[in-house]
Amino acid sequence: MPVLSYIQAVTQALKEEMQRDEKVFILGEDVGKRGGVFRATDGLYDEFGEDRVLDTPLAESAIAGVGIGAAMYGMRPVAEMQFADFIMPAVNQIISEAAKIRYRSNNDWSAPITIRAPYGGGVHGALYHSQSVEALFANQPGLKIVMPSTPYDVKGLLKASIRDNDPVLFFEHKRAYRLIKGEVPSEDYTLPIGKADVKREGSDITVITYGLCVHFALQAAEKLAEEGIDAHILDLRTVYPLDQEAIIEAASKTGKVLLVTEDNKEGGIISEVSAIISENCLFDLDAPVKRLAGPDVPSMPYAPTMEKYFMMNPDKVEKAMRDLAEF
Amino acid sequence: MAENRHKSLGLTDEQVLDMFRTMLLARKIDERMWLLNRAGKIPFVISCQGQEAAQVGASFALDREKDYALPYYRDMGVVLSFGMTAKDLMLSGFAKAEDPNSGGRQMPGHFGQKKNRIVTGSSPVTTQVPHAVGIALAGKMEKKDFVSIVTFGEGSSNQGDFHEGANFAGVHKLPVIFMVENNKYAISVPVSKQLACEKVSDRAIGYGMPGFTVDGNDPLAVYEAVKAAADRGRKGEGPTLIETVSYRLTPHSSDDDDRTYREKEEVEEAKKKDSIVTFANYLREQNILTEEKEQELNDEINDIVNEATDYAEKAAYAEAESAMKYVYEEE
Repeated sequence: MPVLSYIQAVTQALKEEMQRDEKVFILGEDVGKRGGVFRATDGLYDEFGEDRVLDTPLAESAIAGVGIGAAMYGMRPVAEMQFADFIMPAVNQIISEAAKIRYRSNNDWSAPITIRAPYGGGVHGALYHSQSVEALFANQPGLKIVMPSTPYDVKGLLKASIRDNDPVLFFEHKRAYRLIKGEVPSEDYTLPIGKADVKREGSDITVITYGLCVHFALQAAEKLAEEGIDAHILDLRTVYPLDQEAIIEAASKTGKVLLVTEDNKEGGIISEVSAIISENCLFDLDAPVKRLAGPDVPSMPYAPTMEKYFMMNPDKVEKAMRDLAEF
Repeated sequence: MAENRHKSLGLTDEQVLDMFRTMLLARKIDERMWLLNRAGKIPFVISCQGQEAAQVGASFALDREKDYALPYYRDMGVVLSFGMTAKDLMLSGFAKAEDPNSGGRQMPGHFGQKKNRIVTGSSPVTTQVPHAVGIALAGKMEKKDFVSIVTFGEGSSNQGDFHEGANFAGVHKLPVIFMVENNKYAISVPVSKQLACEKVSDRAIGYGMPGFTVDGNDPLAVYEAVKAAADRGRKGEGPTLIETVSYRLTPHSSDDDDRTYREKEEVEEAKKKDSIVTFANYLREQNILTEEKEQELNDEINDIVNEATDYAEKAAYAEAESAMKYVYEEE
């Protein structure tokens, strides 16, 4: 099976979907001739032309809003926000419009748009090129938020997002783009949105996380296995709406749960996961549910010392896992 | 007899009478909604009064079998022209299950009806502008020859979505008609505190499109401007900005009291230019609206509004639990 990087899986999914369905098109800043500042749309302009790989004016609300209009008409737009940090001008379009179009029209209209955005830190991106923004959107029924961790999941979930008849925010960890590689089938496949995935079976402690942190947890688990600690790792994959069944099952399995995110701690996705566990798993727990997250400061600073302090890494995850195992 | 202005625009006597009928129907539905509101039967009204000429004149200039309308909350004249009925509007006023706009989920004035290509809207103003651009973009990609018309108030022409959408349409030469219904007030704030430029249409130049300001009380002037804009759009010549100037004859909504910010005399003065009066006069001068015809029209509209009101009042509300439906696609 071919091995692709995370970003190559993005490009392959986009390319295959555009070949499969003429209604799929891409719009965003620098997505055309340049192929994207991260090169996620590399080669697509040459293959599909400027009408289907559209370089837009620098205006995020229009990127989202024009895409939503085209989606309501019946197209399958894939809008790119150059950095998740720059999605803020489009929040009105995403929350007031995309999320509510089906509901407010009593199912008469729908907005099947996919909005892709690179998120996350560890790339010297400072405050405005490092943010995790998923929690901002994760209490908006009508939206789906997908955050894959592996190239295999990227391809299957991006295809599923484009084919989904509701709006999907698809957040890609920018540090994973070239760091993470994995086997990706060349054939067409989709993965279900809304389903978490067990990335490692284990019996002593459970780690529930998503995105790049899945890899940190997997690395830590290998080390801890040498010490006889067997970790169970659940990758949420879709952070809204959450796969409650999988969360309850994974938490109940070991009774010791560590939740990990790179985002700020308070009010994040893992806080909701914690609430689900506390509502459903009280008598299965052997330790308090533990959250490991970024600090509650506005964003990730530029200087390497402070960036490292903020950023999640395998050592931090390993320590938290060991502490929990020893509880 | 006064000069016949509609023939040279390619409009028949029947068509201008139909325009007037639609304007009058909008006015009468709106007036009934105020009565129902003051009688405590419906919680909220937001009016088209004073803007019917612009709304109907513009709509009649379009191909109402294929063009897309993205109205704002005052556009009863637009949606009636595009095929919504008095009954549909009353069902929305009463928030009943059969309301085609939203099944009673949204306040009145939040129009949407896919079968008539009336695109669903929300309350934060101007969000529909980029949607109109996206629909026109899709049409261009699919090699269709429809245009989209998006309407909004002069206050909304300050929102980023207007500027971002207009620029996008200008760059890509998309068949969008941006129509600003300048009624001189954004709730309480007069146009002098909204715009630094003299006219909203002055803004067109920044987006590489022509801009026109026309008399919003004159449905024929609006018809002419919108027709030319639609022709440009269909020929691939890009978008147009049209500003129709009229006056908001009612308070902003049923929850507003306009006596706190404008003089009664100003409203009375504006009423002299009310298109329902002035266009009727034109049609009388042309012997199109005879006394007999006028009586017939008034009776017909009265019946339609009564019937719509009765039907909507008796219609069922949506089941409470149906609030859970259609968050996402359902099987």
